[in-house]
Amino acid sequence: MSEDTNPDWVGEDEIYKENILDHYKHPRNFGEIKNSFCQEESNPLCGDEVKLYVKVENGKVIDAKFVGKGCAISMAATSMLTEKIKGMAFAELEKLGKDDILEMIGVPLGVVRMKCGLLSWRALKKIIEKMGE
Amino acid sequence: MKKKQEFDIEKIRKDFPVLKNTAYLDSGATSLTPKPVVEAIKEYYLNYNANVHRAIHKLGEKATLEYEEARRKIADFINAEPEEIIFTKSTTESLNLLAYSLTRDFGRKVILSELEHHSNLVPWQQLGKASYAKTQNGRVNTEHLKELLRNSDAKIVSVTQMSNVTGGINDLKEISRITHNKNALLVVDGAQGVPHLGINVKDDDVDFLAFSGHKMLGPTGVGVLYGKKELLARISPFLYGGDMISEVSFKDSKWNDIPWKFEAGTPPIASAIGLGKAIDYINNIGIKRIRRHIDALKDYALEQMKKIEGIKIYSNGDSGIISFNIKGVHPHDVSTIMSRCNVAIRTGHLCAMPFIKSVLKESSVCRISIYLYNTKEDIDKAVAAIKKVKEVFK
Ligand SMILES: Cc1ncc(COP(=O)(O)O)c(C=O)c1O
Repeated sequence: MSEDTNPDWVGEDEIYKENILDHYKHPRNFGEIKNSFCQEESNPLCGDEVKLYVKVENGKVIDAKFVGKGCAISMAATSMLTEKIKGMAFAELEKLGKDDILEMIGVPLGVVRMKCGLLSWRALKKIIEKMGE
Repeated sequence: MKKKQEFDIEKIRKDFPVLKNTAYLDSGATSLTPKPVVEAIKEYYLNYNANVHRAIHKLGEKATLEYEEARRKIADFINAEPEEIIFTKSTTESLNLLAYSLTRDFGRKVILSELEHHSNLVPWQQLGKASYAKTQNGRVNTEHLKELLRNSDAKIVSVTQMSNVTGGINDLKEISRITHNKNALLVVDGAQGVPHLGINVKDDDVDFLAFSGHKMLGPTGVGVLYGKKELLARISPFLYGGDMISEVSFKDSKWNDIPWKFEAGTPPIASAIGLGKAIDYINNIGIKRIRRHIDALKDYALEQMKKIEGIKIYSNGDSGIISFNIKGVHPHDVSTIMSRCNVAIRTGHLCAMPFIKSVLKESSVCRISIYLYNTKEDIDKAVAAIKKVKEVFK
């Protein structure tokens, strides 16, 4: 067996790190929130679908949840995102950029998987737009 | 006839340098290109680069000869006449051409099947009015096709020769009989079938056939549209411009003879010549032997894969196209991990979204596709990689 097919590799660029798999297998904040802002987003290339719910009161995120299905990266990133934004002030939420999300995910994604990682962030952006209206 | 060379897999693999590092099991998306094909393209660009049908100089003459020679090789390969072969950019362009011209000349109603690739679905759906024959065991259900033909006055049927999802091979003889019984025309999407099985358009009595060079060892940028000559003579052109005319005035134009009537503008000359060379390559081995080689590997792959717990296989075993899913793991993750093991497979909706969603009830799948240069070792690597996937996600 060559080095590349050695089943025990764990490289620097390993994207299936323990915490990614943990969030994928045990998603946090999975479910819906009634009377909240919600946005669906999908990635036709691989069929990832998420629906993100965000509830804001007095300028603060008091709850965030999601439902959906897709690859480990998109699901883990969404799960992490809901944890991250809970309790955040609306002003902070607006400032959340691509780099913050990539840092939160914490594994190198590469161009192809970038879309999966940023899927729920794109939904969040749309929610923020709706809230601003 | 020249004696066919032995099926010398080691020798064949030397023509595809990519195979040194990768178990390439994605030929259904695009096949690898062997050295002689690359050489033929290089030869054109370096030694007789010229436009075809226009230049009177020697270079133009040589380019025209080689281009038309490629057409002849393709015609021979599918048992057609050279004037029945139109060069396009791809299967997709060939099918778009037909969708425009046929819905204009024969009415908008079209019967397709649920199995179709987007390129044999979207053009008809957008330009015509499509109904869909159901499938059975990964093939077109011919009984349902009959029923649709009976209950409709559709004059066009368009189905795939071989499915890029289930690998199912359709009985074209039967389908053309059913279709012609109702005086309809049969269009065949040969993108997967022609590279794996070849085709005999006369035996199968196919009216039109579309396929791509890049899935049969040829370069990208060239596709083929075959049509029976009496039909090609009748139908309207699709692209207007240079080369496709015989006479132009400010008021009107007359069309060139077939096949040039359908080849407007400068064609993909080098790619067409490259495709001619790819056909030589296939003929040197023999399409029947290629199929036997693929079939043996397919049997082996299915046997090994079926042993893996939690795998679901969607292919019916007709051909070297094997779609599957692994329980609890998204196809994208499967492919990422397999790629880390240097195994290249395809994942996603495979450009057959309606079939994957409505019939398989999945949003995406993984697909292994086997071609003439693959070996048992490639399959072993794929199986080991699938086991690795399961380990990561256990
Ligand atoms: C069955 C089938 N039809 C059509 C196509 C489209 O071929 P191309 O992209 O070369 O136009 C493909 C390949 O992707 C295919 O598998």
